[in-house]
Amino acid sequence: MIQRLWQRVAPVLSMVAALIVLWYGAAIWLNTHWAEDKAQRAGVTLTTAALIADTWSQEKPKLPAPHQVAHEIWKTTALKKITSKRSLIHHSKITLSSTLLGFALGTVLGITLAVGIVYNRTMDMSVMPWVIASQTIPILAVAPMIIVVLNAVGISGLLPKAIISMYLSFFPVVVGMVKGLRSPDHMQLDQMRTWNAGGGQTLWYLRLPASMPYLFTSLKIAMAASLVGAVVGELPTGAVAGLGARLLAGSYYGQTIQIWSALIMAAMLAALLVGLIGVLQRITLKHMGMA
Amino acid sequence: MNTKTVISAKDLSLTFQTNDGQVQALKDVSLDINQGDFVSFIGPSGCGKTTFLRVMADLETPTAGNITVNGKTPEAARRARGYGYVFQAAGLYPWRTIGGNISLPLEVMGYDKATRADRVRHVLDLVELSGFEKKFPWQLSGGMQQRASIARALAFDADLLLMDEPFGALDEIVRDHLNEQLLQLWMRTNKTICFVTHSIPEAVYLSTKIVVMSPRPGRITDVIDSPLPKERPLEIRDSAQFIEIAHRVRAGLRAGHGDLA
Repeated sequence: MIQRLWQRVAPVLSMVAALIVLWYGAAIWLNTHWAEDKAQRAGVTLTTAALIADTWSQEKPKLPAPHQVAHEIWKTTALKKITSKRSLIHHSKITLSSTLLGFALGTVLGITLAVGIVYNRTMDMSVMPWVIASQTIPILAVAPMIIVVLNAVGISGLLPKAIISMYLSFFPVVVGMVKGLRSPDHMQLDQMRTWNAGGGQTLWYLRLPASMPYLFTSLKIAMAASLVGAVVGELPTGAVAGLGARLLAGSYYGQTIQIWSALIMAAMLAALLVGLIGVLQRITLKHMGMA
Repeated sequence: MNTKTVISAKDLSLTFQTNDGQVQALKDVSLDINQGDFVSFIGPSGCGKTTFLRVMADLETPTAGNITVNGKTPEAARRARGYGYVFQAAGLYPWRTIGGNISLPLEVMGYDKATRADRVRHVLDLVELSGFEKKFPWQLSGGMQQRASIARALAFDADLLLMDEPFGALDEIVRDHLNEQLLQLWMRTNKTICFVTHSIPEAVYLSTKIVVMSPRPGRITDVIDSPLPKERPLEIRDSAQFIEIAHRVRAGLRAGHGDLA
């Protein structure tokens, strides 16, 4: 049991360890210049050990060392009240809520479009090019306009950010679900016909269950895209709150440690959410006898 | 007693439009099938035997001629759920148990839960799969899966069973066993069965009527009414009568192939 667990965890841990070593190395490389500058101005010559120690402990390093980021995250999560504006938990919750709402909207929109594409010839011929075109426009260009337009009609707060998340997350769901809904072969569709099944019945009994493996794969991508959308959506709102706001504020003031801690937080959030979908996938497919 | 005509085809033709031009899958096919008949369609690939079956099932539309199924058009017969169709592959849904798979057409047709459970138990018993209701398809062998798919076609109790090479992918030992079981099932239920095959022994062993077909264009070259008794042990295949019919089928197939040789 323990040995099997170790077999699964060991590769992950060694990968993480390698990354951290690389990260420390890169921090020395990128921050040396500033450390030498400071030393020169102070008129001292640094030993190698002192130089390395300096590159790992600067206040505004080009690349903060892992322990600096870890300390910042600890300071802004565990040691701060959740209600505080400086709490990373507070900001994560704001980003999480628009991520989840955008993900839900995107999933519903994606599945609806996919069903339309599969069942309606006109939609089949016309919708997909628009769907693809929508993703070729940089989200950074679209996001401010969505915020401005929605604000003009009196919608502000969570929904505009969620709509930006939806804009990014519906795409993988449409593509995956069109493929999934079309995965039943001719024989299975003929079989439904011999039972005189209607379109709705074929969808419910055959196409939807057959598309489940495709759906979960799409949902994982959609969740990650949704988080990106939520972070991007927080930028044009004037950086009030959310992980995106922390990123923007950090870059205004050159607070690289703050930027990195927000980045790492966003990455951990994404990993957690995608992992949750993975668990849901395993439970569902196991229940369906497909895993 | 067996005088009711279940299927009546008159001058049936079907032409497919393909990229390489027209393919005449069926040409001037006329045939009557009576209630309780076990009819085999045999011939090389491209002779239109599967196409003919699919026309009966309203999965293809003929380009000329007439056909009635249970006295109706094939479409009306399909809408009335007048037949059960067994495909080459079992085609069971991997996410449904055996019982769930057999219950599927009943759910589509709106049977209530108690009736579904009853029917599922009944047809599982008919194909000797009682006790496998809760198993998933992957837990069953290929032969058992195909039996489950026959049970599924029997579940809504249509009088007509259309079978398209249902045992084609199975090995000979399993096939013999399933042929025996199918005959018993046919005798017990008095259904009309149309059975597409490319195996001469299978056709002769099972059928009361053997329809020999040939390709380019797909047509009927011989219809043999089998003199074999209804009760058929496997050993009947060594009898002189059996061998004689098999010879006639082979001769018919060879005659149809004449233009190819």
